[in-house]
Amino acid sequence: MNNIIFLNIMRFLGLLFLQVLICSNINFMGYINPHIYLLFILLYPTSNNRLTFIFCSFLIGFIIDVFLDSGGTHAAASVLIAYLRPLFLKFSFGAAYDYQVIKFSNTDFTQRLIYFSSMIAIHHFVLFFLVVFNQNQILLIIKYALYSSAFTLLLCLLFTSLFSNKRV
Amino acid sequence: MQQLFNFFIKNKTFFLFLMLFSIAISLTVQSHQFHRSKLLNSSNHIIAGIYAASNSVSQYFHLVKENQLLLEENSRLKSEQFNRKRDLSFDSIMEKTYRLITGVVYKNSYTQATNYLTLNKGLRDSVKEDYGVITSKGIVGVIDKTSTKYSRVLSILNTNSRINVKLKNTKHFGTLTWDTKSADIVQLKDIQELVKIAVGDSVITSGFSSIFPANVPVGTINSFRLNDTKDLYVIDVKLFNDMTNLEHVYIIKNTDINELENLNEFDE
Repeated sequence: MNNIIFLNIMRFLGLLFLQVLICSNINFMGYINPHIYLLFILLYPTSNNRLTFIFCSFLIGFIIDVFLDSGGTHAAASVLIAYLRPLFLKFSFGAAYDYQVIKFSNTDFTQRLIYFSSMIAIHHFVLFFLVVFNQNQILLIIKYALYSSAFTLLLCLLFTSLFSNKRV
Repeated sequence: MQQLFNFFIKNKTFFLFLMLFSIAISLTVQSHQFHRSKLLNSSNHIIAGIYAASNSVSQYFHLVKENQLLLEENSRLKSEQFNRKRDLSFDSIMEKTYRLITGVVYKNSYTQATNYLTLNKGLRDSVKEDYGVITSKGIVGVIDKTSTKYSRVLSILNTNSRINVKLKNTKHFGTLTWDTKSADIVQLKDIQELVKIAVGDSVITSGFSSIFPANVPVGTINSFRLNDTKDLYVIDVKLFNDMTNLEHVYIIKNTDINELENLNEFDE
């Protein structure tokens, strides 16, 4: 149990610094940045206290906002997907979620892909909507969200397969 | 009463979500206005400290380019000095009015709608709010937050930025804004339709405000069109500065700033 808490704290700090020092400076094609810190929210243990989980998600988004001077955009998007996560878990993993025994490293690749892509897409859409903050530029928002979420999804899948621990 | 408490306890997840979400939204709304929360920005001591550590590594990658820039500027200043005419009296007044402080950019962004830079100079180095920031090539922005050791710059690539500039040829002035589309193109507005302008004309600062001295280079006209009501131009200005790649900057301190502000108060 302590091991899991320690792992999540390390993941929180590691992803935070990876995001603000490296991933937010990539600017691929001028504006595409991966938001790798989402991995913390995606991979948080499913048998959790939801209050702690939502608060942790808020915290990681908020600290990133302070670093990037982006107001509360990351925090809002992170809190939203943290709150909606059970919905997506049920949608993607079906029966397995009801018993609360999901180990992300053991799940089917297709199920994991659906779960990741739906969560990331929602997060990016909300994020860029708040960043641009102008409903007249909805096409711009969709363009940003689409490209950035593809990049984030790719990196998240790479990271999970790179650090997958088959023994657990 | 009992039922009310039960209701809150039953839906505590939802209420926590609602609370945090509204905090985040209010911070976002605040960030879209000119004045931001005092503590939570990247000129904060801890945050800027981390950027400083990161910059102490990454600055080595830009040394060659920075040296090149310094050499270029030195040669230009030297040639100016050698070719200077004998009327030094005016210049000696200018030297006293504006003092330059050098600074290093710790954090720079240009992909968002509201971009800010973090510099390594703060109140300790007598850097205050509303000081202008330039490089050897052109303008960068205006200081909008300071802490003891660091300061934050409102970049010209920020939808909240409004800087008074003029056309070099005709002396007509307008406001410099940004439409978030490209990091090297900004928009010059409020120029009358009857003014003759051409692609390639230079744009410089007007010197009307106490922030920038006159004649700091800004950019050249890239393209222009009339606005919706057909009476004012919207001019795309290509910046001299590469805003994506800033390292050393100059902070301009106007020693007459108090005097000028007092004068303007009489006006109102």
